[in-house]
Amino acid sequence: MRIGVITFPGSLDDRDAMRAIRLAGAEPVALWHGEHDLKGVEAIVLPGGFSYGDYLRCGAIAAHSPIMAEVIDAANDGLPVLGICNGFQILVETHLLPGGLVRNDHGDFIRRDQRLRVESTESSWTSGFTPGQEITIPLKNGEGGYIADEATLDRLEGEGLVAFRYLDVNPNGSLRDIAGLRNERGNVVGLMPHPEHAVEPGFGPDTPAAMRSGTDGLTFFTSVLRQSVLA
Amino acid sequence: MNQHIPDTVDNAAATPEKHQPFEALGLKPDEYEAIKQLLGRRPTSGELAMYSVMWSEHCSYKSSKVHLRQFGQKVSDEMREHLMVGMGENAGVVDIGEGWAVTFKIESHNHPSYIEPFQGAATGVGGIVRDIISMGARPVAVMDALRFGAVDHADTARVLPGVVSGISFYGNCLGLPNIGGETWFDPIYQANPLVNALAVGVLRHEDLHLANARGVGNKVVLFGARTGGDGIGGASILASDTFSEGGPTKRPAVQVGDPFAEKVLIECCLELYREGLVEGIQDLGAAGISCATSELASNGDGGMAVDLDAVLLRDPSLTAEEILMSESQERMMAIVEPAKLEAFLAVTAKWDVETSVLGEVTDTGRLVIHWRGEKIVDVDPTTVAVDGPVYHRPMTRPAWLDALQADTAAALPRPADDDALRAQALQVLGGPNLADASWITNQYDYYVLGNTALAMPDDAGMIRVDEQSGLGVALATDANGRYCQLDPYQGAQLALAEAYRNVAATGASPRAVSDCLNFGSPENPEVMWQFAQAVEGLADACLELGIPVTGGNVSFYNQTGDVPIHPTPVVAVMGVIDDVARRIPSGWQDEGENLYLLGTTALELDGSAWAGVVHGHLGGTPPRVDLPAEKNLGGLLAVAADEGLVTSAHDLSDGGLVATLAEGVLRFGVGARLWLAELCERDGVDVATALFSESTARVLVSVAREDDVKFRGLCEGRGVPVLRIGVTDAEVDGLELQDRFSLTHAELRHAHRATLPAHFGAVVGG
Repeated sequence: MRIGVITFPGSLDDRDAMRAIRLAGAEPVALWHGEHDLKGVEAIVLPGGFSYGDYLRCGAIAAHSPIMAEVIDAANDGLPVLGICNGFQILVETHLLPGGLVRNDHGDFIRRDQRLRVESTESSWTSGFTPGQEITIPLKNGEGGYIADEATLDRLEGEGLVAFRYLDVNPNGSLRDIAGLRNERGNVVGLMPHPEHAVEPGFGPDTPAAMRSGTDGLTFFTSVLRQSVLA
Repeated sequence: MNQHIPDTVDNAAATPEKHQPFEALGLKPDEYEAIKQLLGRRPTSGELAMYSVMWSEHCSYKSSKVHLRQFGQKVSDEMREHLMVGMGENAGVVDIGEGWAVTFKIESHNHPSYIEPFQGAATGVGGIVRDIISMGARPVAVMDALRFGAVDHADTARVLPGVVSGISFYGNCLGLPNIGGETWFDPIYQANPLVNALAVGVLRHEDLHLANARGVGNKVVLFGARTGGDGIGGASILASDTFSEGGPTKRPAVQVGDPFAEKVLIECCLELYREGLVEGIQDLGAAGISCATSELASNGDGGMAVDLDAVLLRDPSLTAEEILMSESQERMMAIVEPAKLEAFLAVTAKWDVETSVLGEVTDTGRLVIHWRGEKIVDVDPTTVAVDGPVYHRPMTRPAWLDALQADTAAALPRPADDDALRAQALQVLGGPNLADASWITNQYDYYVLGNTALAMPDDAGMIRVDEQSGLGVALATDANGRYCQLDPYQGAQLALAEAYRNVAATGASPRAVSDCLNFGSPENPEVMWQFAQAVEGLADACLELGIPVTGGNVSFYNQTGDVPIHPTPVVAVMGVIDDVARRIPSGWQDEGENLYLLGTTALELDGSAWAGVVHGHLGGTPPRVDLPAEKNLGGLLAVAADEGLVTSAHDLSDGGLVATLAEGVLRFGVGARLWLAELCERDGVDVATALFSESTARVLVSVAREDDVKFRGLCEGRGVPVLRIGVTDAEVDGLELQDRFSLTHAELRHAHRATLPAHFGAVVGG
């Protein structure tokens, strides 16, 4: 399976996303923000970072970059798309996912190993988890507070579109502890924590078993891979 | 509009008596005379601008040069073995094997960080990262060593959050993991915080580039951010009526950083190197275009012709002198073969990096700069960049030092009973310099790039360099200003020994050193003596440990009011590990393991955290330095890591054994049971000394029972003193000191973690 990773100017975790795809057993394909070519990939990751410096508003300029026109069309046709952190912000700015992401309620950038509960396994990127599974994924952001109006929040909950919820600690003031969402069709997932930082023993979060051995993030990538094999 | 009339070379020759504001630019009368001698006429205003910044203390090292030479002189074959590029370049380069090399350097950004903490600290990170890129390396990590005033002072609450968010903002936006560092508080830094930033980069041997302007006819290209009026340090006079009529009158002295521009610039530079499109790249830092042109020319064929009108400006009203001195961030200067210029411009266009060709390399031996059609600079670039003034400043051993050294910690009351001992242990653990720094480090991303094998709170940061083989490097920075105040020679050696030990504790083998020497005014003979002592101590210790100083920086004039800071030579040690999978964490995770103390403990409480935190005392002489013991210990830990014999290792330093034990428990939350009677008997010390002494060359390790015999054998074979002082035990809640007292996990945690949040705000998730 070939999975594209888009590099915008200011993308930071694009190499990490490519490594995660490789470790999951798929082939990463580098995609460039200024082109209109998705190179025939079967899934796409929008990586973390500060695209275009996040000037104006996080993800706002990237949402209008040439390649995003293609991504939006492909996502609407069912192509799996995963937005991580800045990628989630871009998905929200393109309205592929609802709501918005604002400055953390405490005002500071925060990096921590974050406990999450998987709320929905009905998606391309979460099908490998069990419903309610508790996982640890590194979080690192300055503007990760999820907001939406009450009606939207109720609809998200009612339709089972909340993909992940913060456990133990809400690190940024996200409404209803929302850490990540999926779309109705289940092909588009966005979240603030970084699954690509929990894919390789020795370089992930600490676990009770051993230092930096957490690999809960790998399931995001094996999920989409398994779906492609089944399809 | 600006009516600025260029002060041309012809004009300077024709008007020899024209008054020039050299003193306002920081030049002494004899320095000004020397410039006139060199040129055979008065300098033009542009030349004066260049000489004044390049001959400043910051750029010329005029007070420190005579001392720093020792780093190049006290060098053995062992130290030369891995050294690819030594001091004097943008950053030193060290071979780490398998065709890989590492470049790293630590630099200060102290004064800007006090004036404007956020931008001052942010641009400190930006500057050191550009030094790394100049060598052809990809930056892979940053660290920072910070010193602030008293933790409870109102101004610290202004400076610290600003500095931390500046480092966080810039480093995180560059996508560089922040893997460690240190934070100290002392009123001596109240009006003069220290912000020392370290960057490390990796490269293949064949990708090494040096910044020099060779090849007559090669193009001189400026690219990156536009040149603006920011960061024109002592140059505000240039915008006054003397030079300009109708122009802006004041320029801000602190630079403003844009990490997005720098991130794009990094990727652009790396692509230029990869495609072989540049001969060399020089970053623009202090002294901006003055520095880049004169250093590139003097390091190369010696000549360069530049047209300042080609410089892309943010503000068209800038004068030539301001353009020469501007320290606008995120700019680079490249030397490019004419045949490759088109391809070069295609790469910069791809990254949307603005670029302009300023001129070319010549063989005239002169740096000639034109502006508005007139020749405004015509100098031998060597006289600007290399042959600056050299001072042998007067030095005096401080008159107060004898009294300070006589006032030892021996007179301080010791804890009367176990309850007092227990209370003091908690007090020391909560001291601001020992307290958990999560409030700071939680704002730094250490995950990005996916190669961080160790980061805070472990003893050193560690980065995987080669994803196939696992080859990696470890880095630690240390300095204890209190020790240095008591004895700068020994204090500097102690900083080196601690950084060396921290690297060794991860299982890496120390290989090279970078230092950032923070001191008071060099015009104060006592400060100059401290500086000379520290440099000598450091150079002697590097020779003994067999690891070279590859570069660094000197920061003088650090003082609060008239009082100089404690001498603070921050020492960074870089070590190499064959496979980061063998690294050792700083705390134990499994129960039923033996805890061994390596090294011996003496009554050494002078300058200790115990003396400072419990008694507010600083006096006496710092702990004895034992470099052969440090080297021996390091060798043992490297073998133990390689053979997988130890499950954790944590050095003993600030706060002594009690701090190491507490941090060991808190690392993974597994308790420990200790007995110290045997230690006290063997080393002839009381329990308080065993817990609080800061004797050097000591490390606490945990060893699985099955490796016990082998490990003890290894210690005995290598002559490292070893003593079993406890076991890890999940049944124990925290620390249990047999027959003495217990500290629960909650007590340890509170003592260790409450201090910083009490002053700066809650830590997310506690």
